Amino acid sequence: MNALITRGVTKRYANHTALDQVSVTIPERSIYGLLGPNGAGKTTLIRIINQIINRDEGDIEIFGEPLREKHIEIIGYLPEERGLYKKMKVGEQLLYLAQLKGLSRKQALDRIKIWLDKFEIRDWWNKKVEDLSKGMAQKVQFISTVMHEPRLIILDEPFSGFDPVNAQLITEKILELKENGSTIIFSTHRMETVESLCDHIALINKSKKILEGPKKQVKAQFKSNTFVVEHRGNQLILPVERYELIKQVPLEDGLYSTTFKGKEGINGNTVIRELIDLTEVHSFQEVVPGMADIFISLVKGEGDEALKKHLQEA
Amino acid sequence: MNKIWLIIQREFLNRVQKKSFLIATILVPLIFPAIIGGLVFVAIKEAESAKPETVQVVDESKIFEFKNTRKFNFVSLDLPLEQAKKAYNETQDFALLYIPAIDINKPEGVAIYTKENPSIEKVADLESLIKNQIHDLKLKEYNIDEAVLKSLRPDVNLKQFNITETGEEKSSSSGMLYGLGFGLGILIYMFVLIYGIQIMQGVIDEKTSKVVEVVVSSVKPFQLMLGKIIGIASVGLLQFTIWIILISVLSSGTLAYFGMKMPQRQAVEQVSKSFAADPEVQEAMNQQNNKAAEFLANMSQIPFGKIAFVFVFYFLGGYLLYGALFAAVGSAVDSQQEAQQFQFPVTLPLLIGYLGLFLFILRDPHGPVSFWLSIIPFTSPVAMVGRIAFGVDDWQLILSMVLLVGGFLLTTWIAGRIYRVGILMTGVKVNYKVLAKWFMLKG
Repeated sequence: MNALITRGVTKRYANHTALDQVSVTIPERSIYGLLGPNGAGKTTLIRIINQIINRDEGDIEIFGEPLREKHIEIIGYLPEERGLYKKMKVGEQLLYLAQLKGLSRKQALDRIKIWLDKFEIRDWWNKKVEDLSKGMAQKVQFISTVMHEPRLIILDEPFSGFDPVNAQLITEKILELKENGSTIIFSTHRMETVESLCDHIALINKSKKILEGPKKQVKAQFKSNTFVVEHRGNQLILPVERYELIKQVPLEDGLYSTTFKGKEGINGNTVIRELIDLTEVHSFQEVVPGMADIFISLVKGEGDEALKKHLQEA
Repeated sequence: MNKIWLIIQREFLNRVQKKSFLIATILVPLIFPAIIGGLVFVAIKEAESAKPETVQVVDESKIFEFKNTRKFNFVSLDLPLEQAKKAYNETQDFALLYIPAIDINKPEGVAIYTKENPSIEKVADLESLIKNQIHDLKLKEYNIDEAVLKSLRPDVNLKQFNITETGEEKSSSSGMLYGLGFGLGILIYMFVLIYGIQIMQGVIDEKTSKVVEVVVSSVKPFQLMLGKIIGIASVGLLQFTIWIILISVLSSGTLAYFGMKMPQRQAVEQVSKSFAADPEVQEAMNQQNNKAAEFLANMSQIPFGKIAFVFVFYFLGGYLLYGALFAAVGSAVDSQQEAQQFQFPVTLPLLIGYLGLFLFILRDPHGPVSFWLSIIPFTSPVAMVGRIAFGVDDWQLILSMVLLVGGFLLTTWIAGRIYRVGILMTGVKVNYKVLAKWFMLKG
């Protein structure tokens, strides 16, 4: 089953369209990266899913049901613009937010205790939020997002404000939540997060979804048939009718590294076959694009051809 | 509904548990008895100094005849002026009045000698006493007899009655009604302003601490706004109730303490001691007793039950009407300073009601301006409560109440539409055009 499906979701404001026919499919128990430059419409989509604002057009389905008010309780949302009541104590605050998510007082107390123990911050119960450091407050905020054990967790730039140690801690908790059956939507600019955590991605640019799919598949589609070979001797002359030389740099001990692109009909096997006759191969690798490369090239409008290919295959 | 209840609870408990709430709730009632105690103290001092002053009189004309009044005791001296001055200097008496042998057609040379500068009021009192005497003497010269003279100066004290439509007579006291209208009107004005600004502050805090998006992912913005308004209202009502209880307990305590020294009783005792024999003074005392009885009668004529009901109704209605507007202002801005440009237009109609209370309602409670001020929902909370003690027709009251309910439903609806957009907007330069745009934005 899919955790969330949107079909043709559109949101218009007086002067611009914030979302234009956005359809995404988020598989259950996935970690889904929602990517896109600032102002692309990610936050609008997230707010619509959270029913903070209404859509003008389109359908949304959550775990097989049309999205309704009661689904607020199975969503956990960590907004990018986040904060807590400064004058409230940590415990009271979590209790309040948990009850707003529909937990009974007793349930809420139990869950909060479990989570405070997980982060080893049980003695913070009576601390006021204004006395916490930014990182500490972020931990409390994270607990407030997940304490009601939501089936769908939406995290908007979750790692901003965390030092690397705490970011690691949060990452572990996110993976743990996924293991326990939650689906997680990430909205982020940080490509290293996407590389390490996400298994599905969608890219939104200028109010439109321009790309979606499993991360591996997307990466494969964006391969540009580029290879790097390490070889002995500076003379590696590739037949120009089949290859395009990109660069050649000398390494130590008379080794060279050559990067080249294969033309139509060339794949890894044909390259290796040809290379063996031409030089002494020390290593061979196909260049797989990073998410950052894909992101930048698409946003700048450079990846149009690859995009076309992606759309054809999709 | 359950969620609104949670919000109300949080707003309420969070404020009630604050030290500032505790301090304000306890200190304000303490101020009142302190003021009352102070006033009573001053009044006692005043009463002590209000004992009749002794005036020594040297009357060379031999035609004046001074009777003791409540303010002055007169002592005749049969001495020449120079000796009288010496004798006066040795006493503690208030003044020495010298009347030369004068012609009543040309009363010149009357003089007063005092040790301190006397108050203008006392001098004027003495002057009018002498004038009256001359006046009487002149009339006597024209052979008008004393009975006629007395009837020429009757004691007039207007008794006030209202005639109701049924023709029944009710005595009333406009002074008491004035005080009641004044007090209740100001209370509503203060309550709406103080707690309205608290709502605004609360909304701004939620926005600047950025907790608002977390909250509205669980509840509808309108629920959050309503919960906040109701929560703060209950804080206000609680504080108000505690104040009333504490003030009445403490005030009656202070009054009981000062009760034995009450100025009126003291004055009465003093007067009765010195003038028990004087039939005129006796009569004055009786009149005073009548007045006290009249005062009590007037008190019982005022429909306190109705006034209390009307007060609570306008208290809540006015608060809800303005509370929603304050919430909208808070949602539109990022800081208290920014809020000021919108705060003034919101409080302006309230201020008009407040000024109208003094300029029109208390002076002319049934005039056209007073009528309209108490009908229009934005001014009616202050105006109607100020007017109600003077008696308002039922149709006017009902019209005004219906309009007030309609008014707060309207402002809450408008405010809700601005609020739901405003709370998620930061760093936007807001003006009225922007607010209108937010309002028009469809759900």
